[in-house]
Amino acid sequence: MFTKFDPLKDKMLQVMDDNGNVTAPSLKPDISDKEVVEAYKLMQFARTADVMAVSFQRQGRMYTYPPNLGQEAISAAAGKIMRKQDWLVPAFREMGAWISKGAKLRDIYLYWGGYEDGSLFSGAPHFLPSAVPIASQLPHAVGIGFAIKYKKEDSVVFAFVGDGGTSEGDFHEALNFAGVWKVPVLFIVQNNQYAISVPVKKQTASRNLAIKSMAYGIKGIKVDGNDFFAMVTAISEAFEYARKGNGPVLIEALTFRRGAHTTSDDPTLYRTEAEEKKWEAKDPIKRLRGYLVSQKLWKETDDKPLLEQYKKEVEKEFSIYENYPPYKLEDVFKFHFKNMPDDLKKQQVEYEKFLNWMEARK
Amino acid sequence: MKANVMNMVQAINDAINIKLGDDPNVVVYGEDVGVEGGVFRVTQNLQKTYGEKRVFDSPLAESGIVGTALGMCVAGLRPVVEIQFSGFVYPAFNQIVSHVSRMRNRSRGKYGAQMVIRMPYGGNIKALEHHSESPEALFAHIPGLTVVIPSTPYDAKGLLISSIESDDPVVFMEPKRIYRAIKQEVPEGKFSIPIGKGKILSEGSDITVVSYGAMIRDVQRAMIAAKEAGISVELIDLRTIYPIDREIIKQSVRKTGRVLIVTEAPTSFGPGAELISVVNEEAFLSLEAPPTRLSGFDTIPPLPKGEHFYFHSPERIFYEIKKLVEY
Repeated sequence: MFTKFDPLKDKMLQVMDDNGNVTAPSLKPDISDKEVVEAYKLMQFARTADVMAVSFQRQGRMYTYPPNLGQEAISAAAGKIMRKQDWLVPAFREMGAWISKGAKLRDIYLYWGGYEDGSLFSGAPHFLPSAVPIASQLPHAVGIGFAIKYKKEDSVVFAFVGDGGTSEGDFHEALNFAGVWKVPVLFIVQNNQYAISVPVKKQTASRNLAIKSMAYGIKGIKVDGNDFFAMVTAISEAFEYARKGNGPVLIEALTFRRGAHTTSDDPTLYRTEAEEKKWEAKDPIKRLRGYLVSQKLWKETDDKPLLEQYKKEVEKEFSIYENYPPYKLEDVFKFHFKNMPDDLKKQQVEYEKFLNWMEARK
Repeated sequence: MKANVMNMVQAINDAINIKLGDDPNVVVYGEDVGVEGGVFRVTQNLQKTYGEKRVFDSPLAESGIVGTALGMCVAGLRPVVEIQFSGFVYPAFNQIVSHVSRMRNRSRGKYGAQMVIRMPYGGNIKALEHHSESPEALFAHIPGLTVVIPSTPYDAKGLLISSIESDDPVVFMEPKRIYRAIKQEVPEGKFSIPIGKGKILSEGSDITVVSYGAMIRDVQRAMIAAKEAGISVELIDLRTIYPIDREIIKQSVRKTGRVLIVTEAPTSFGPGAELISVVNEEAFLSLEAPPTRLSGFDTIPPLPKGEHFYFHSPERIFYEIKKLVEY
């Protein structure tokens, strides 16, 4: 696969066309119809949660949020391959992978709603909190990969980054360390065309992003990131390659962020409606639905009840966030050190005295 | 307990050796630390003893070194990494400030960052640019970090063992000027010195001097002149920069009424400012002179021909002590 889709020749792995017709049957992954339907449902579930998050933010019920719209196939494919013992090192725009790893929607809403508790992901081991400084999480993935190898564990790290992240020094240091140490890490680059407002052609003179693997002596492949089947094929092969001790793989998943960078961003400033329309036609959910309908595994009319059910689930999870207990003063302090230093205790105590004084004035 | 005469390099090596021996999760890496044993030979022979799997040379990339160490921590290892000189730590600053110090809080205690970031620091050694600075305040200012600076081989060993065993990240700064300058008896085997506790090196009644690292020796030389002048100095070796041992400063300054902070770091917003705040908060009513700091100039440490102006001589320290006592 890595030879056939040579980044130097700018080849891209693709299995189905924009309408969901399988054009490369030999590359279609060996997964059951039921599994494909499950993946479709996960994509729909993540999209429902995502689109509703944007509207919750607009209603002032949540803070800044980075929409996932249009990128769901990448996460669904990663989620399909990722096992319980594998690690997820997220950036912040891969909600489907978070859900597959065991995050509950309430966690996601708690995090974007202003509680660190949202990063605890209780019951979901091997899952790092979101990393806001771009690409800085990638060296962590490599360190985890080192530990896996050191302890001779059967585990693979799934690390996410965006196209802009490939310009950061940490991207390059991470790939370099990973290559030298030959660690089981999959670097999944969601190339969604824009780093906030800056297009890929202003990030790099490279022909594509997968090509960057070559300088580090590791495998790389460019994949149609809106093609669920292509993503599953690429990730499963990379996964087996890494798991068997051959080292890391860089996967460039070509996609498009249909929404804004975050709810604070205005994409009309930097991209055209024509471009958005072009990518709408390549939407990953639309394509997979096209496949399912053509195979009689799904009916267009099945969407409506599914989405109704998901909206209810989202509302329920969101209400858990909205009814979450108020932020406690001690929660500001208590997680900075295993044993809190006296200095920090003193600062908390002084604030408590102030609160008592305020209380007494009432 | 049996003891051996050691310098600080040997004592640090001994501490790492002991922890590699008693904890399979300890790994040691950095630039040149494996085959060569580090440019100061602090990790000499450790690769021979424990193998390349546990003691190894990394690529020359500080952010990568510290960032990968954090990944190792969340997966249960206990890395001890070396930054070759504190002046080269800045590429790793993003990892230290944005992740290492924050992982425990961000994950609500699910993951810790039980690593030690060792680095030689400090000047007056006739070195190139970037080899003479004292950036401890930069780290001590970051919530979530512990900053430790030993001044003797004995303390270096005991404090490093505590640092490696700490479940929180420790920036362990080694005063390279005295790496080989001081020898003393250091007990064999494992012992630890608690982090966050200073030590009174000399008791006195007229003035408290708070210092740490390589400056301790210069203060002790200044104290000879002070004694001759009839001034009784109480010397505190802080040993941990954060968390500060407030209690030891409080007790001492309440007794002496005067305090001089001696550091190599630049003056403005430096460790001296913080320590004077502690004095003001804890011993204000006992003060008989303004709490004073003798720090580096707010300049870049000059290259070798000019460095004698920047680094404090014992005479300069005595001059400041005398001024305060005569205030």
